[in-house]
Amino acid sequence: MRSPVIDAKNLNLVFETNDGPVQALKDVTLSIERGDFVSFIGPSGCGKTTFLRCIAALEQPTSGSLTVNGISPDEARKARSYGYVFQAAGLYPWRTIAGNVRLPLEIMGYTQAEQAERVRKVLSLVDLEGFGKKFPWQLSGGMQQRASIARALAFDADILLMDEPFGALDEIVRDRLNEELLRLWAATGKTIGFVTHSIPEAVYLSTKIVVMSPRPGRITDVIESPLPKERPLEIRDSAEFLAIAHRVREGLRAGHAYD
Amino acid sequence: MKSILPILSVLAAIVVLWYGGAVWLNSQWTYDQAARAGVEVSFSEMVVDTLRQDRPVLPAPHQVAVGLWQGVAGQAITSKRSLVFHAWVTFSATMAGFGLGTFAGILLAIGIVHSRAMDMSVMPWAIASQTIPILAIAPMVIVVLASLGIKGMVPKAIIAAYLSFFPVLVGMVKGLRAPDAMQLDLLRTYSASQAQGFWKLRLPASMPYLFASLKVGIAAALVGTIVAELPAGATQGLGARLLSGSYYGQTIQIWSALFGAAILAALLVLAVGVIERITLKAKGMAR
Repeated sequence: MRSPVIDAKNLNLVFETNDGPVQALKDVTLSIERGDFVSFIGPSGCGKTTFLRCIAALEQPTSGSLTVNGISPDEARKARSYGYVFQAAGLYPWRTIAGNVRLPLEIMGYTQAEQAERVRKVLSLVDLEGFGKKFPWQLSGGMQQRASIARALAFDADILLMDEPFGALDEIVRDRLNEELLRLWAATGKTIGFVTHSIPEAVYLSTKIVVMSPRPGRITDVIESPLPKERPLEIRDSAEFLAIAHRVREGLRAGHAYD
Repeated sequence: MKSILPILSVLAAIVVLWYGGAVWLNSQWTYDQAARAGVEVSFSEMVVDTLRQDRPVLPAPHQVAVGLWQGVAGQAITSKRSLVFHAWVTFSATMAGFGLGTFAGILLAIGIVHSRAMDMSVMPWAIASQTIPILAIAPMVIVVLASLGIKGMVPKAIIAAYLSFFPVLVGMVKGLRAPDAMQLDLLRTYSASQAQGFWKLRLPASMPYLFASLKVGIAAALVGTIVAELPAGATQGLGARLLSGSYYGQTIQIWSALFGAAILAALLVLAVGVIERITLKAKGMAR
């Protein structure tokens, strides 16, 4: 019996704000297996990003238990067991693309030779060979986001956490990056946690879709996707795909029923 | 090229106003002299005379230009009459003070950004320090240091540093805090140390802010140096030149020294700008 990579039990998180306490997460129980592609979907304020940040030890849960790779999130963070991709690419403007990808490797103390080798490898993985010497402003938004994914892949973390990485991109670019992300996931076998508010994106990418709703942030539905691992973009017109999308939509609507 | 026309028109307007002002302010002297000699002067005679007096209230632009030219090119640069000599004395103290002030400003900013206690304790004093008129404090610094046997360039440099550390401090605090929460979170996900965060993120991110402050700082250092040259009966430097000019009513000398100082300031700021361009270009931050 394999133990889950991420295991949350009755997780609660309350933010103390000036307007009083806000329950960002309420009784979140979820386990994610190795190699899963899990999407968190829900309206803003449903706690999907907060949950991802808890996994990354960027937020502290108020109560409940949460383990990452069987250890606490903070230990997992110190063990550098995940790569995190933010909404904005957040590349350093004073570093080249290669320099940006090299950043975590420098911090983690890889040798020069290994840095160069890894940078070359992940840049080709995200289809950015030949762009290593460019500066971020010379690249389009989609390419910048790909570079930031390469940065998260550069070191040996087996978990990839992505917080609406394609939210700011147009739909055409987003479709392409979605396809690439699936290819990347298949090639690397990483466990991926992916926050989005696009239903097609969530259904297209995931093996597991977690539907969340706000006030208080909680899980309303967890859908195990029956779609095959091999997914051409056309799969989005299949009856199966539409059925899952429908269920996600119903879940989102149910969460909104009383406000 | 389009921008040259407005610049020239403004310059022309200033020169015209200046000539007008010179004629108006100097005419009294011309009329007084004529009255004493018992002669009548026509308007055109008056205008010509106001523009060639030895000690005009307001020297005409061409007189200042001649004074400046003679000060720069008309003397051996080791001569005490050479503006180059005096400018060099001022320049060296300015650079020493600027270096000192920049160093202190950066160091304090690093402390303030990394320590809440320093943020609370140092910043108010830094701000208070700039509310004291430099003219009031400069003579005291010079007298105190002189009594300790420290004379020459060092007291001037200290006053220059006193003025120039502040813009650097403020700019660097802002610059070192420029990285947003996401950037800091990213480093946290790498469990980067505070030192790594400083060298890899905060310091490079602060560069544009640093250069903006350096431009203000270097001009402030020059002002500080000139002010420091005024009180102690210094005989060297643009400030001393200004002072001796005012002792002896040598208005042309005053204005020449003023323009010398202005040109020096422009060159210094320009030099910082060039270094900024080169640095930011090497860092890929200039487009």
